[in-house]
Amino acid sequence: MKQYDKLIQDLAPKKFGLRGTIWVIFLVVIIMFSLYAYYQQFDKGLGITGMRDYALWGVYISNFVFFVAISLVGSLVTAVLRLSGANWATPLTRISEVIAVAAIMMGGLTIIIDMGRPDRILNIFLHGRLQSPIIWDVLVITTYLFISVLLLYYPLLPDFAILKKHFKETQPKLGKYYSKMSLNWTGNAKQEKIYNKSIHTLSVMIIPVAFAIHTVTAWLFATTYRAGWDSTNFGPYFIAGAFVAGSGAVVMLMFILRKTYHLEEYITDMHFDKMGKLLVLLCLVYLYFNINEFLIPAYKSTNEEAAHLHGLFFGEFSLMFWLAIIGGLVVPVIVLIFRKGRKPVPLFIIAILVVVGAWWKRYIIVTPTLLHPLLPIQGVPESWHSYFPTGLEWTITAGTLAASLLIMTILFRYLPIIPIHETAEEKGFLKTEKTETL
Amino acid sequence: MEEDKKKSRRKFFELGIKFGLLATVGTVAVAKAMDNEDSSGMVELMSTDGNIIQVPASEVHDVAHKQPEDYDPRVGIPDKKFVMVVDLAKCTNALKCQESCNKNHYITGKNAWLKVYKMQESEKTAPYWMPTLCQHCDKPPCVKVCPVDATFKRQDGIVLIDNERCIGCRFCMAACPYSTRVFNWNEPDQPAAAHEGEYTPDYAGKPSVKGTVDKCDFCPHMIQMGELPHCVSACPNDVYSFGDMYEDAVTNGSGQTFKLSKLLEERAGHRLLEGLGTEPSVFYLPPVDRNVDFEEGLENYTEFQSVKKTEE
Repeated sequence: MKQYDKLIQDLAPKKFGLRGTIWVIFLVVIIMFSLYAYYQQFDKGLGITGMRDYALWGVYISNFVFFVAISLVGSLVTAVLRLSGANWATPLTRISEVIAVAAIMMGGLTIIIDMGRPDRILNIFLHGRLQSPIIWDVLVITTYLFISVLLLYYPLLPDFAILKKHFKETQPKLGKYYSKMSLNWTGNAKQEKIYNKSIHTLSVMIIPVAFAIHTVTAWLFATTYRAGWDSTNFGPYFIAGAFVAGSGAVVMLMFILRKTYHLEEYITDMHFDKMGKLLVLLCLVYLYFNINEFLIPAYKSTNEEAAHLHGLFFGEFSLMFWLAIIGGLVVPVIVLIFRKGRKPVPLFIIAILVVVGAWWKRYIIVTPTLLHPLLPIQGVPESWHSYFPTGLEWTITAGTLAASLLIMTILFRYLPIIPIHETAEEKGFLKTEKTETL
Repeated sequence: MEEDKKKSRRKFFELGIKFGLLATVGTVAVAKAMDNEDSSGMVELMSTDGNIIQVPASEVHDVAHKQPEDYDPRVGIPDKKFVMVVDLAKCTNALKCQESCNKNHYITGKNAWLKVYKMQESEKTAPYWMPTLCQHCDKPPCVKVCPVDATFKRQDGIVLIDNERCIGCRFCMAACPYSTRVFNWNEPDQPAAAHEGEYTPDYAGKPSVKGTVDKCDFCPHMIQMGELPHCVSACPNDVYSFGDMYEDAVTNGSGQTFKLSKLLEERAGHRLLEGLGTEPSVFYLPPVDRNVDFEEGLENYTEFQSVKKTEE
């Protein structure tokens, strides 16, 4: 009983401390700046960006791909690991599901930011045509968001019921909200049955949908004729990369949340160790797809591919390219195969490398290809031969990243970071507790 | 001179329509070259295989040249398939085509819809000038990827953009292998003339709309008046010929008409990036047997400019 009370005490959401408040203010300030920048863009047009007719997509689209990529981790941890019986991942399910929801929301918004006519967004529904990969993307992203929200919400029902009780006296108003959100969860046999069945069904459903969102995102590029995009490898290549990016993000959050909310008892070194091992596997799979993606065209070296690859390997994008490949993939594998490398602090540093590398990787997937079209670039100003985001473009991009972090921060403020009910069940606290509440 | 040119061109199109009708009633499909009726009441006409034949004037009936009442800019002109032939052997990079296109479509951006590329396949091959414009593909990759049906393919082969529907996602630009699409990154600074009349997708650039895509429209607004597209009539070297594939005839700026199939066969015509399977409506005749000097064109060549600022 005592253990159970302590569990609730430990895991119930807590108010922001000073650092939390500063963090939220910091994010809000960035978002305000980016809103102003977006107002400029809305008013004056996409001309405020560095994009032009050849570099027709830029940092917004690569940021979009990054968001979609990172959101895939929700399905990996909550669905794949859950269904494969890897119970050690239970304390990480909520973290990854929150990442999934926040990232996919901002991914959807980023696409709108990139539109030349956001005021005509309804045309997608009024005049949508099914043969366009953009429509497929709209369909699967909304489906994924919907399932992800449910997959975040259902496992919360028993937790909300617990919190309702917990906050009844101390914060009656908050308790009331939890009460409403808990949908009268009492934990009886009938509810348990529906609960387990729904979560299981959603876990099965989300896997193909997760694969679909990122495969379709890859197809936005692969359905064109351009060197560097015209690849049948693109779908699995994107998915493999997405799991790397998402797992890196989970490790980062694990570390930060564990520290801020003193969750050392629940997110243990074992979890870091396992995530480190998982990350090695995922990096190796992604490296394998990278080899396919670059070695084969380099071997053949058709004119278009050769020009594109030269830019990546030795040219203007080589620094970013090798940083993303070596810093974001090779170094993590080398460090993480050692037990010491999988301790929280080194793994956290590696995770930062992985996530930053993954972000730049998207940038060099989008931009270099556009600057090597099939016909030569002629008759446009010299500055149109290259692309780098403008200050306003960076501000808007930073705003979307800040907004996704703000969504996560707010969700972690009000939701138990570690699933209370599931943890109690796994630790065997619940048997006695259940008979008491029923 | 200029007037004559115009007249003969107009005639060509009028007759195209007439003889389309004649063919349907089982008469020999012929194209009248000139209305030089002689005293015996015979008129000279040109048949589809290029022979001049005589037909009694009483057998030739004028058909009112009128746009069908239910003309839909999204459907196009019935029973037509517009094609263009670009003769690379004649191009000297005079850029009159570009000038005329920029002017008549009120292009104010920095990337023209019609550009003359300085091409050289390899160090050992000869350089040449290659005009490019929207290829009006029969299997247009841009149309395939458009999420909102803003860019569309008409029955007469023309690919157009509805700037009032375009959402500005630029997927069509990414999909186009010919890089002929341009985007209105800022509010276009067009002259008042661009804003006259009601918007219709078959006059691109009138007006251009911020945040939407523009490109060559094959000048349906000229075709409807029985005229050739601006670039075709502006070219001093007769590089361009324009016509209807079903009539198997194309006409150049000087008013000369050629049999399309014969031209493509004799001159080994090809299309750009044919291997992609986009099936363009623009055919290129290779730059062989040139009596023009490539060097001559260098004078006009500006690598970083395709729209002159002072152009009126």
